[in-house]
Amino acid sequence: MTTARAASQNPAPGQNPAPGQNPAPGRNPAPGRNPAPGLQQHFDDTLAHDRRIEPRDWMPDGYRKTMIRQIAQHAHSEIIGMQPEGNWITRAPSLRRKAILLAKVQDEAGHGMYLYSAAETLGADRAELTDMLITGRQKYSSIFNYPTLSYADVGVIGWLVDGAAICNQVPLCRSSYGPYARAMIRICKEESFHQRQGYELLMTMMRGTEAQRAMVQESVNRFWWPSLMMFGPPDVASPNTAQSMAWGIKRHTNDELRQRFVDMTVPQAERLGVILPDEKIHWNSERCSYDFGAVDWDEFGAVVGGRGPCNADRIAQREKAHEDGAWVREAALAHAAKHRDES
Amino acid sequence: MSETPAVRSDWPLFEVFLRGKRGLNHVHVGSLHAADAQMALHNARDLYTRRNEGVSIWVVPAAAITASSPDEKDPFFAPSGDKVYRHPTFYEIPDDVPHM
Repeated sequence: MTTARAASQNPAPGQNPAPGQNPAPGRNPAPGRNPAPGLQQHFDDTLAHDRRIEPRDWMPDGYRKTMIRQIAQHAHSEIIGMQPEGNWITRAPSLRRKAILLAKVQDEAGHGMYLYSAAETLGADRAELTDMLITGRQKYSSIFNYPTLSYADVGVIGWLVDGAAICNQVPLCRSSYGPYARAMIRICKEESFHQRQGYELLMTMMRGTEAQRAMVQESVNRFWWPSLMMFGPPDVASPNTAQSMAWGIKRHTNDELRQRFVDMTVPQAERLGVILPDEKIHWNSERCSYDFGAVDWDEFGAVVGGRGPCNADRIAQREKAHEDGAWVREAALAHAAKHRDES
Repeated sequence: MSETPAVRSDWPLFEVFLRGKRGLNHVHVGSLHAADAQMALHNARDLYTRRNEGVSIWVVPAAAITASSPDEKDPFFAPSGDKVYRHPTFYEIPDDVPHM
């Protein structure tokens, strides 16, 4: 199973490697502390030439662990990210908006699946990943621990949250790990729909009544700062960035991406007619960028640490869905076994 | 019911291959878990072709795939490495020979 799984990226028939000869056979990676001569060199050369690492290549333990953690947390974020917007599917104001929101939430599920699939090529076990999420041993993006209090939140999440996600994710299409980079290419194509439907929804509301405009502004006020937090702690407090950049796991620092997001978003806010809740935002002609105020990193720390408004709810709902689905998974297996026996 | 229903389902893994449009080969796009091949096909449709990305899907149990090992990379592919005469550019033909 392990060799076959790892083989998936290269389905051409060939020799079956003897067990134990492959230094990175997937599910039970051999400790990489004493790689055979040349393996580390080959890995370093691959990165130096900006080529991709593929599942069965030898890789340092640290690279594998970091990659699994990054992909898993990303996958968990997509899965938990279905909840805040899923709350509004039954209450969307028209059939058109319901259909759009359903498609968007289904995409989030799909993104989670692409990413779990990529994590499994590194030897991660799918059931274990789900367990790590439910038991809190692996995290997901802190943004999804904020509640969706009004329908305008659906638009603002599309515009700001998915906009920030796109900023983060476009560079990951060049991640050094092949299966992750390929998953990110698919995801980025689909995220563009997410952001545009959100902005269009907000433009529609802004053309509406005074109450609707107020609803949009109120939602922007709540989501602006948490959106900036999506890029992670400031560079000075991000000790792993240097190693991640060297491994090609990260292509830009957190602060670079945050700045890029602000620069993209300020003119969009002006066009929309909303005010971003930060008086310090103004154009800096020397830097050719917008200056902006300080993020409340204490709040970020609290939400990441499990003390956000919705942390407990999100996990409880994920766990309930998993448990409620257990009989379906078992029944499907029983059905498959029965048909195997009959044929 | 199993004793730990909340954790394990152990649906086997399938690799998914898509034909993007007529005239192209099937290409590997990823994997998914399903109870059997029929369910894998349906899940692959929902997961990998939500925007008309395919006209045909193959699903293959991951366990059924045999692959070359990166360890053997050099020796395994060596037979083609030293046979430059298999390429058309190996042969020098004067420029004034037409249709060659």
